[in-house]
Amino acid sequence: MEHLFSATQTALGLLVSGNAELWAIIGISFRVSTTAILIAVLPAVLTAFVLSYARFTGRRLLISLFNTLLSIPAVVIGLSCYVLLSRQGPLGDLHLLFTQTAMVIGQVALCFPMLVAMGHSTFQAADKRAWETARTLGASPLYALLTVMHEVRFGLIAALLAGFGRIIAEVGASMMLGGNILHYTRNIPTAIALETSKGEFAQGIALGMVLLVMAFVLNSSLHYFQGKGQIVG
Amino acid sequence: MRALQRFILFTGLILCLIGPWQAGVQAASSPHNKTIRLATTTSTENSGLLHALLPRFQADTGYEVHVISAGTGKALRMGQDGDVDVVLVHAPAAENKFIAAGYGERRYPVMYNDFVILGPATDPANIAKAASAADALARIAKRSAVFVSRGDDSGTHKKERGLWHTAKLKPVGSWYREAGQGMGKVIQMADELQAYTLADRGTWIAYSNKTQLKIVFQGDSVLHNPYGIIAVNPKRFPEVNHAGALALIKWMTSETGQKRIADFRIAGFTLFTPSAHQLSELGIGK
Repeated sequence: MEHLFSATQTALGLLVSGNAELWAIIGISFRVSTTAILIAVLPAVLTAFVLSYARFTGRRLLISLFNTLLSIPAVVIGLSCYVLLSRQGPLGDLHLLFTQTAMVIGQVALCFPMLVAMGHSTFQAADKRAWETARTLGASPLYALLTVMHEVRFGLIAALLAGFGRIIAEVGASMMLGGNILHYTRNIPTAIALETSKGEFAQGIALGMVLLVMAFVLNSSLHYFQGKGQIVG
Repeated sequence: MRALQRFILFTGLILCLIGPWQAGVQAASSPHNKTIRLATTTSTENSGLLHALLPRFQADTGYEVHVISAGTGKALRMGQDGDVDVVLVHAPAAENKFIAAGYGERRYPVMYNDFVILGPATDPANIAKAASAADALARIAKRSAVFVSRGDDSGTHKKERGLWHTAKLKPVGSWYREAGQGMGKVIQMADELQAYTLADRGTWIAYSNKTQLKIVFQGDSVLHNPYGIIAVNPKRFPEVNHAGALALIKWMTSETGQKRIADFRIAGFTLFTPSAHQLSELGIGK
């Protein structure tokens, strides 16, 4: 127990003293995952919307497919992207393996199904009359979509948070696609894996705490946007 | 209109976040040929050696080295796919095969250390008295003492399999645990399990103050552990940064690089002995 205690203490020291290496890793993690979620969110929400509102054959199959994709281990997504991006692979000419872009691609692939699946159930629970009313009142499809999105914004924010939570804490795909290169593709989860394997538990715990704090700040700020988190009469 | 306001706010937020990301990417990847990708073993990365060497190389030459550390098997595989420019590994037999198949250009010796067998201080299989490394493993097997194997096709794992082969034994049974992890993790596991394991001395020194294990067998000449550096063959992969790879090889085998390797110590112990001078002794051109 003493071991854990002293590791945590050292971890706090590293954070407070503004250890440059630690903060660089935090920056990379945040940048990559934020980029990934921002790239994924619009197409995912549109897909979810189409899956909920449009009627076409194969719709149910698609929904099941996205739900299934939720259970794919991150390592498998990582491996698939690795095979695609390797110089021997079909996209090898792009020279993307072991770059931040590769990590972003992997993380987009990871959070997209989650955003679609959760977005879909959110839209599904919405009152369909919002769309119809907006259209009847002469709103353009885009504006009507925005209206519906505004109606279900809490659910969409929840989906966004869940998606972000999945990729910011994910180690398998980032390790494979980024290569855990110091100052470049080493993010919080891969750094934790490395520090643990090196026996540097304090660094690992420090990074774990940062992850928690980041998640907390993000949740709280979105909570603020959401209002009081209660059903308003 | 509030929806519109928020939409504008949101778009602004996106741009704010993408801006620095783009800058980050450009700073890291341009100029393109100034980046060298080095695939290497966990032992050189985990021990901290590269951390001591590379900043100096980068300052000397202006190249930036991206280190991807994995077991020797995977490192060579990255070279074989042309995904890296240069490999620094320790498995001469596999390295020769890599070159013979045309994936690598030429092997330059860089440094060496040796393998040691770690175990609990009580040494239940009594391998301290073993006549050779193979005999030591045979004693472990006979006693069914727990042995943690890397199991990851790394240089250390290849060496271990070679030793079992010499001992004419197939390690099977619940006492033989294949971890599939890096050297540092395996030392930690062996420590927790009070087990034996084969480790390179460099990583062992770096970890020695974190475990209760002791060196229980060392000194057999078959435990010699040479490291070589090989540029990925540009004839096979025209896109690799061959000039960068050669610059790194030149620096690692230069007096400056070799001295840095010799000077790299943890707790007063030298981890690696430079060996690039063997080039001239063997009459291989520089």
